[in-house]
Amino acid sequence: MPTDVERWKSEVYGNEIREHLLEFAEQGWDTIPEDERDAWFERFKWWGLYHQRNGQESYFMMRIGTPNGVLTPGQTEVVAEVADEYARGPAENPIFGNGYVDWTTRQSIQLHWIKLEDIPEIFEKLESVGLSTQQACGDSWRNIVGCPVAGKDKHEHVDALPVAMELNETFKGNDDHSNLPRKWKVSITGCREGCGQGDINDLALEPATKEIDGEETKGFNIRIGGGLSRNEPRLARDIDVFVTPEQAAEVSGAISALFRDNGDRDNRYNARIKFLMDEWGAEKFRNVLQEEYVDFELETAGDDLRSEYSYNSGYADGGHSDHVGIHEQADGNYYVGLDVLVGRMGVDDTKELARIADEYGSGEVRITQRQNVIITDVPEEKLDALQDEDLLDHYSPDPHPFMRGSIACTGTEFCSLSIVETKNRQVRYARWLKENVELPAGVEDFHIHLSGCTASCAQPQIADISLRGMKTRKDGEPVEALDIGLGGGLGENPNFAEWVTQRVPVDEVPGAIKNLLANFEERREGDETFREFVARTDEEDLAELVEPEETSYEDPMMHNTKRTWYPYADDDSLDASPAPTHGDGTPITSDD
Amino acid sequence: MSVSLRVLDDGAWVSVNDAREVSVSELWRLDDPSFCGCELPDFVVENVLDVGADGRTVSAKVYGQCIACGQTGVPGWVPVGRLREGEFVDIDRERVVLPVRRGDDDE
Repeated sequence: MPTDVERWKSEVYGNEIREHLLEFAEQGWDTIPEDERDAWFERFKWWGLYHQRNGQESYFMMRIGTPNGVLTPGQTEVVAEVADEYARGPAENPIFGNGYVDWTTRQSIQLHWIKLEDIPEIFEKLESVGLSTQQACGDSWRNIVGCPVAGKDKHEHVDALPVAMELNETFKGNDDHSNLPRKWKVSITGCREGCGQGDINDLALEPATKEIDGEETKGFNIRIGGGLSRNEPRLARDIDVFVTPEQAAEVSGAISALFRDNGDRDNRYNARIKFLMDEWGAEKFRNVLQEEYVDFELETAGDDLRSEYSYNSGYADGGHSDHVGIHEQADGNYYVGLDVLVGRMGVDDTKELARIADEYGSGEVRITQRQNVIITDVPEEKLDALQDEDLLDHYSPDPHPFMRGSIACTGTEFCSLSIVETKNRQVRYARWLKENVELPAGVEDFHIHLSGCTASCAQPQIADISLRGMKTRKDGEPVEALDIGLGGGLGENPNFAEWVTQRVPVDEVPGAIKNLLANFEERREGDETFREFVARTDEEDLAELVEPEETSYEDPMMHNTKRTWYPYADDDSLDASPAPTHGDGTPITSDD
Repeated sequence: MSVSLRVLDDGAWVSVNDAREVSVSELWRLDDPSFCGCELPDFVVENVLDVGADGRTVSAKVYGQCIACGQTGVPGWVPVGRLREGEFVDIDRERVVLPVRRGDDDE
């Protein structure tokens, strides 16, 4: 039997949602009939709007899709202006204030506290500079990710940016691909370092070379069925197909159509293509693709570059593990990667980012999958002055490893699924670790990813230390807790973290990391990396090395932050919520 | 009187009559020793999979784990609230022991 979501999608979905959205915006949030709200909120996702969680009714998270993470000159300034004017809520975040921009792990942008009534103006502003929220969420082609310095990188195998843009142009608003069984995450990269993170995407195009008609041809190998969510992480599987850049859109469309026709629409938990891949296997997948969806003979896979992959790998093999720092581009200019702790940047800082990008570079800003930003096209002679800018004191191109390696999802501040508070907590953790924990000599990259639940938006399974939201009891009382996983990473041979210690109360996690690192240093052989150490150590032994304990770290958010309307409000009880509100922020009362 | 029961937000909520009533991340005591061997599993709810009504009792199928022993999985149907004249009446799920009903579809 089709699910509620499939039924709602069959009635109205895709591009046509927009006219309804604008009509509701015109008439006000409270004109959406109560018994239709869930259906409309599900549909609004397709246009990038997520209704926020209980206690925050009538407010939305807005996601803006920026293909390959590229913000062209002028776009960053508009994002900052939109956030400044429309993304301010009824209460302040104690670390980030009120009005901020979230750079996401899928190279997109998220704004919170958006009012439906403001959508027409926001769309107008965004679209005036070529930005869009279309398909940023919902069951269709999501924002396409890739190497954020595509076309700039000195060492790339093939420039994948034109292909990413072609895919975006072809499959955004495309009625044949607008209603898929579930979300569809695509990665394309031509770089040698694996920073497209294709292994964790539904569809991955990775750099390869194939001899065709006696000629060495550069293009992409295809992998299918990666993803991290729901306790069912999968690495994308090689389907033994090579495509040229010219064939990429056609074959990607064929694979998307195969998913559209064969994915499970009866059970959303089984709907992602990774489960179809489980069922079919790579060989059958390739056969069905060839026989039913592609009109020409597919090439078998070419020679890949996976042995060179360094991004988020946990191996010290000389390649980039992220894009932070100052790096020369192929054209002799430089790109400057800035560390944005947990990906959140205040509106004033975002305006400064836009100004600096314009003054020192081409005005372009790029977003990475590690929630950081990059200013591109900076001439060598401007590098010193750029580094003197105040903004770089806070968003450093040379940050401490604990700041550099931190990633966190949205968490219970806004998200329905999360079990724990995340972004502010990860900031507190990183600051405490920086002050109190010595990393072993030579360890410059150390990744800690905190995800509030098994949806895994912070990609916890591919970090040195993986933290995942959980609950436990402490002194008999329910408290927020984290599972701790170790030794995950991508690279040539990606693997997911081993969850070695479960349900550690959140105030004992920094102590656990401190003890673990001390144990690592004591047992370390030569200059091995943490991931290498984990790989050669038994799981049981690892669990003994974690040793959770209370320290000087104090956690103000031990309680059930989900049971609040907003965890940082003075009166955080659900009864104190001002929501739902009118477009101007005044509460909607029963008299309205 | 018809009552609308749904799982919403990718398994984050049980919705009754278009209102979100029961959330993931709650900690429940289950009367279900067969789930993990603990006498009263101390169960954290990670995902709502299904919701149904048996007479006036609203029950849910959920995925989660016992925080005492770490066993993960899906217990039987867990009562999460009651219906009174078509309205949902909450029960204090985090403070009472919830009797789990094994149905025909359970292993």
